[in-house]
Amino acid sequence: MTTLTTQAASARRAQQLRAARDKHELPRAERWRRRGPLLPALLFTIVVTQIPFLVTIWYSLHSRNLLRPDSDLFVGFANYGDIVRDSTFRGAALNSVVITLGCVLVAMVLGIVLALLLDRPFPGRGVARTLLITPFLIMPVASSVLWSMAMLNPTYGLFNWTLGLVGIDPVDWTSTYPIVAILMALVWQWTPFMMLLVLAGLQAQPKDVLEAASVDGAGPWRTFTWITMPHLRRYVELGVLLGIIYVVNTFDQIYLMTAGGPGTASANLPFYIYQRAFLGFDIGQAAAMGVVVVIATIFVAMAALRLIFRSFDVKEHS
Amino acid sequence: MTTTAPATTSSRPAAPGGAPRSRRRSTGTLLTALTWILAVGFFFPVAWMAMTAFKQESQASSNPPTFFFEPTLDQFRAVIGESGTYVANSLIATGFSTVLVLLLGIPAAYALSIRPVEKVGDVLFFFISTKMLPVVAVIVPIYVIAGQLKVLDNIWTLVVLYTAMNLPIAVWMMRSFLQEVPAEVLEAASVDGAGLLRTMRSVLLPMVAPGIAATALICVIFAWNEFFFALNLTASQAATVPIFIVSTMTSEGLFLARLCAAALLASLPVILAGWIAQKQLVRGLSMGAIK
Repeated sequence: MTTLTTQAASARRAQQLRAARDKHELPRAERWRRRGPLLPALLFTIVVTQIPFLVTIWYSLHSRNLLRPDSDLFVGFANYGDIVRDSTFRGAALNSVVITLGCVLVAMVLGIVLALLLDRPFPGRGVARTLLITPFLIMPVASSVLWSMAMLNPTYGLFNWTLGLVGIDPVDWTSTYPIVAILMALVWQWTPFMMLLVLAGLQAQPKDVLEAASVDGAGPWRTFTWITMPHLRRYVELGVLLGIIYVVNTFDQIYLMTAGGPGTASANLPFYIYQRAFLGFDIGQAAAMGVVVVIATIFVAMAALRLIFRSFDVKEHS
Repeated sequence: MTTTAPATTSSRPAAPGGAPRSRRRSTGTLLTALTWILAVGFFFPVAWMAMTAFKQESQASSNPPTFFFEPTLDQFRAVIGESGTYVANSLIATGFSTVLVLLLGIPAAYALSIRPVEKVGDVLFFFISTKMLPVVAVIVPIYVIAGQLKVLDNIWTLVVLYTAMNLPIAVWMMRSFLQEVPAEVLEAASVDGAGLLRTMRSVLLPMVAPGIAATALICVIFAWNEFFFALNLTASQAATVPIFIVSTMTSEGLFLARLCAAALLASLPVILAGWIAQKQLVRGLSMGAIK
C-alpha cells in the first residue's frame, strides 16, 4: 500500500479489497440462501439443454441409424471425416453464410433507412411505424407460405404479375432463384427488427449534444457523421449480431418455400441436418454436423456476448 | 443514404438551416411521401394475405389477380371448424410454458440482481449461451430420448422444450427490469421487517409488473410461432397451429384462400399484441439491452 502515491488510488484499492472480502466472507448459509432462487432455473436449463448436447457429442462418435436400432457402433471421428468430404455439407454451410449475412446486411441497411425516415415528425408517424413492424409479427410459417404461394408462385403470384406490367416474363422464383426467394421473405421479416433497434438508438441520442453541435455551427451532415453515426454504432453492431444468431437457425422458410431444393441448392445447415436425421435416419452424421455447427456458432456467439456485456453495462451492478 | 441523411437531421427543430426554408419544407414533404410509400409497400403482403382470405378459391389463384370481389367468410368458417385441436394444443404449449418460464425466471433474475450470488456474469453468460446453441444440434437426442420416454406426440414435451427455449431470455429481461428498482425501496422494506417473500410479493412484483408483462409477451410470441420442435416431435395428437397451417396445403385442388385465412388467424394474436406493446418488443428482442 505504501507504494501507492495518490490518496484516490489507495482509497479505491481499499474499497476493492473490502468488496472482495465482503464477497468471500458471506457466510455459507447466506450464500446458499442467495443461490436458492437461482437453482431451479439453472438445473432445469442444464437438464433440458446440456444433457441433449452431451448426447449429441456421444452420437457423433457412433454410426447409428434410426431404422436399425441395434446397429450402434463406435466409429471415433469417422463421422467428422465424412462431413469434411461431404460436398453437400460444404454447400449447405456456404448457403448458411450467404443467407445469414445477406439477410442481416440487407435488412440492416433498409432498417437504418427506415429508422432515419421515421425519426422525424410527420403526420401519421405512429401508423407508418405500426405498418412497418407488422412483417416481423407474422408467424414465420405464415410468412413463408405467403411468400412462396401468394407472392412468388409462377402462375398466380402477385410478384410475377407486377413484373409482367413492366414487360418482364414470369420467373419461377423458388426453383430458379431459390436463395433469392428465401432472402426476400427473410429480409421482409427482419427489416422491422433492425429498424426498431436503430430507431431506439436514434431516440436515445442525448438531445443536449445535438443542440451543442448546432450551436457550434455543425451542419446537419456533419452532425450526422460525427455524432449520430458513432452513437448508432453499438446499436447497429448489436442488431447485426442478434440478427446473425436468430437468422442462422432459419428453418421454416427453407422447409416451406424450397424444401432445400432444387436438389440441395438452397439447403442451409439446419435444413440439411434435419434431412439427414429425419429423412435419412442417419443419427451419427446428423449429430456430428450439429457439433460442427455449435463450434462455428460459438465464435459468433462469443463476439455477440462480449458486445452485449461491454456496450450495455451488464456487469455494472454485479 | 447520402441524400436522405442530412435532410433527416435538418428537420429536427434544433438543427440550423443553411438552406432556404421553403426548400427544406419540400424536402420534408418528399421524405414523408417516401416513408409512406415504403410503409405501405412493407405492409402490402400482409394486406394481400388478408384480402385473399376473404376470396373464393378460384378468385385467390386467378391470373391476373382479382382485386375486386364479393368477400366471403367461407374460408374462415372452414378453418375455425377444422383447427380446434391445434388451437387447444398451441394454447396449452404457449400458456403453460410462459407461466413456467416466469415461475423459474423471476426468482433466478432476483438472485442475479437484487441479492446477487457470486459470479453473476458467468451465470448470465451460461444462460444466454444456451440460447445461441442451434436447435438442430440437440433435436436428434431429444427425439430419441422422447421416444424412449414415450412422450413423442405429447403436448407436455413441447411445454418443457418451450420453457427451456424462453427461459434465458426471461432471465435476462427480468434482471434488467429488477435492476431498475432503487435499492432504497428494498432497504426500506427490510427495515420495516418484511421478509423475503413479502418483499417480493408486495414491493417488488408491483414495481416490475410492466417488465413481467413485456417478458411474458416475448415468451408468448416465440412459443406461439415455434415450428421446428412441433414438426419433429408431434404427429396427430399434439400438433400446434403452425402445423395446421402447413396441413392446409394439399396436393390437389386450390387452397390459397383457405391457407391465407389460416395464416391470418394464426398471426392475428401476435400482430395485435405486438402493435399494442411496441416498446416492450424492442426491449425483449434485445434481451433487455435496449431500454
